[in-house]
Amino acid sequence: MSRHEGSGANALTRRAVLKGAATLGGLALCLRESGRLAWAGQAPLYGVAADPGGAVDNPLVFVAIHPDDTVTITVHRPEMGQGIRTSLALVVADELEADWLRIRIMQAPADESRYGSQDTDGSRSMRHFLEPMRRVGAAARMMLEGAAAARWGVPVSEVVAERQQVLHRGSERRLSYGELAEQAMRQPIPEPQQVRLKDPAQFRYIGKPSTRSVDGADIVTGRAVYGIDTRLDGMLYAVVARPEVLGGKLVHFDAQAALAVPGVVRVIEIRPHPLPAQYYPLGGVAVLARNTWAAMQGRQALKLRWDDGPNRSYDSRQFEAVLQRAVREPAKVVRNQGDALTALRQGGRRIEAEYYLPFLAHASMEPPAATARIVDGRCEVWAPVQAPQATRDLVTSLLGLKESDVTVHVTLLGGAFGRKSLPDFAGEAALLSHAMQGAPVRVMWTREDDIRHDYYQAVSLERLEAVLGATGMPLAWLHRSAAPTENATFEAGAEGEDQTEYGMGMNNIPFRIPNIRLEIPQVAAYTRIGWFRSVYNIAHGFAVQSFIDELARAAGRDARDYQLELLGPPRRIDPHSLGDDWNYGESPRLYPLDTGRLRAVIERATLEARWGRPMPRGHGLGLAATYSFMSYAAAVIEVQVGTRGEIVIPRVDVAFDCGPQVNPDRIRAQLEGACIMGLTLAMYGEITFNEGRVQQSNFNDFRVLRMPEAPREIRLHLQPSSFEVPPGGVGEPGLPPIAPALCNAIFAATGRRLRRLPIGNPLSAREA
Amino acid sequence: MRTELRVNGVSVKVEATPDTPLLWVLRDELGLTGTKFGCGMGLCGACVVHVAGQPVRSCVTPMRAVLGKSITTIEGVAGERVGHAVQQAWLTLGVPQCGYCQAGQIMSAVALLRESPRPTDEDVNSAMAGNICRCGTYLRIRAAIQHAAEQLRSTP
Repeated sequence: MSRHEGSGANALTRRAVLKGAATLGGLALCLRESGRLAWAGQAPLYGVAADPGGAVDNPLVFVAIHPDDTVTITVHRPEMGQGIRTSLALVVADELEADWLRIRIMQAPADESRYGSQDTDGSRSMRHFLEPMRRVGAAARMMLEGAAAARWGVPVSEVVAERQQVLHRGSERRLSYGELAEQAMRQPIPEPQQVRLKDPAQFRYIGKPSTRSVDGADIVTGRAVYGIDTRLDGMLYAVVARPEVLGGKLVHFDAQAALAVPGVVRVIEIRPHPLPAQYYPLGGVAVLARNTWAAMQGRQALKLRWDDGPNRSYDSRQFEAVLQRAVREPAKVVRNQGDALTALRQGGRRIEAEYYLPFLAHASMEPPAATARIVDGRCEVWAPVQAPQATRDLVTSLLGLKESDVTVHVTLLGGAFGRKSLPDFAGEAALLSHAMQGAPVRVMWTREDDIRHDYYQAVSLERLEAVLGATGMPLAWLHRSAAPTENATFEAGAEGEDQTEYGMGMNNIPFRIPNIRLEIPQVAAYTRIGWFRSVYNIAHGFAVQSFIDELARAAGRDARDYQLELLGPPRRIDPHSLGDDWNYGESPRLYPLDTGRLRAVIERATLEARWGRPMPRGHGLGLAATYSFMSYAAAVIEVQVGTRGEIVIPRVDVAFDCGPQVNPDRIRAQLEGACIMGLTLAMYGEITFNEGRVQQSNFNDFRVLRMPEAPREIRLHLQPSSFEVPPGGVGEPGLPPIAPALCNAIFAATGRRLRRLPIGNPLSAREA
Repeated sequence: MRTELRVNGVSVKVEATPDTPLLWVLRDELGLTGTKFGCGMGLCGACVVHVAGQPVRSCVTPMRAVLGKSITTIEGVAGERVGHAVQQAWLTLGVPQCGYCQAGQIMSAVALLRESPRPTDEDVNSAMAGNICRCGTYLRIRAAIQHAAEQLRSTP
């Protein structure tokens, strides 16, 4: 999901240069030059080493122990509801043998050279930082032990750190962490290979069910600070009228009436950046006022005339026809095994189907918002961003400053789901502050702005064809996926999915089918395409898992048994053998596709859901299983469809395997949330364009699931946690199986096959 | 206009045009940012506060409609028994994900429990139908409301 390409030049060697004494009052452990993990000599780079920021595991960057015996842990990844501020901190605290009640959290500002990769998308935080953060905590613990041993003049082998104290085994002497803090700072930082990690059996917090959330109390009392909550002295409130069509330009504007609104201070034109849109502000006219309401009233009073530009005639209905033509013709082959085309011609039972996913908006509850201020040529930004470093780079470039003169403070994110990986709104705040001679300006997007100017999840049409042999199993499989690529947001003219996009659940299908052909038609983008939670896995998962259900039905087989037979016996598959040279950027050796684990979640979910149980009239069970972001998920949904097509969901069972579990309660929360979000997009999610304009605007016409429609029960079944395998993602992988499981359940209940999202509630008459 | 509002038990002076939605008076003039903006049309419930004990959507409630009435926001709701119990239940059950909508959820839940100490599942669904959570915490909210109700019934 990252924009950034891997760079071998990032493999810096670890430096252990102490910068000097602490400069922050009360901090006993001081900061030093950040050391990067040594990955030199390994090629190609995988995992976090391939991310531009890499990983930093220097304890002095992340841990500060104070004389009052409290511990500050710096969390460098933005918090958007996934619980990462709690989860990363508890990893450090566990290895550090710190007392959770004495932990304070500091949110790191944007600085990847200091903290390592901060780009929080792709379900990577725990995947990439479980091990580095364990080393951070363990190294700090060893430094405390070293300091105590030196103080007592005993071998370090005789001392042990335990619950915020170091004790000497021979004499029962004890020193608190606070007492040792200053001396610990001067201890040598253990080399990575010398760092002694805990045995997982000794964990106090990792994998335990009830570690207190670091933000919960502030959230329930209204004290938590999101991007929209920044308040600075003299701050102006801005809203922006943006071009209604992507690439549109202002021809004329009249600000007179706007300026007459009480409280309005200035009206400022923001010039658009030429396409491709990238991270740049869209341009338009900003109204700055003494309060939000005046700014909104002022914007309404603007008289604006636009030249709509090259996308003026874009129509998503017509584009659907373009996609349809594209998937019905041969296209670029991205995986070819056997000879699917011949096998498809040779007869047997032939099945074909097309599945449609429309554009989707993220609609995080906190719309985009950011604040900027410039003092003495130094710009400070406060923003709810998933990509802090990209935000810093954007502001640096927009204002023509040095990177060192730009500070980006990361606030809490009121939801994000991929939208806030693209910091155009922070660029607006910086430009407006600059236009106001550095005065603090907060830009807030209204809901209409958010829905109409999103970086959308790509529309997609998926065509599948198969021919079944005598046993009912497929002999051939042809899949064409036509969708604009996210790359088009960054490179003019980029067309069709790239390997990081078709690598999400299209080419890495581990089914035992002798002839497989996968093709990617080249289709263009006419709007900003972005990343939405689980990204292209949504369309691919929906199509593949619906189609397997269709094949099973055609073969007269049980859908679970059929899918298990397609997967075959447990195997660890090298993703390269599936034509997947990407593998989410992870090592194919560390992260093979393990069909045993996929089988296991299918077996678990169906067992727990009592798959095959007799259903009342109008009820049905549907199954779907997907592998994404290195984790395995299976969902069984029970649906009840009323006589007028109204959908009720009595129960959902989800089985999930992400390998080691750090914070099981937050894993459950993510799976619950992914289920609701998956149901939302299945039932309601749709953005359409007419004359280049988004036709939806707010929660009245871009509907999301509300409580009465939520499942009565979501039963989560986590596979046993295992530190024998590397960590998988958590935030996204729960989403892809939901829509197909729902539609398969509706088929089971009604015999209606739904191939077009959204299906509506009640079910719409429109069908593929 | 200059006027006085009664917010969380305290009289405060504000200056705003009478048609200014209460949401912006609370957030921009009084710095009470716990109440959130979500839609501006009374569709999502992120901005729910209590006016004279009733839940209202502050994004579509003009200031002139609340003059002389007592206003409670998320920052003040702990001062009453039901408010505190609901907040505690939210923590006990780990309801919040991003947390942004939770002030509005809590204010709606408190209003429900004040009226219905033993809400049925249907009562909960209908009282909370106006509050959107994009993170999808609905099932935990349902459970937390029942948990708070039990706590309130078991402690005098």
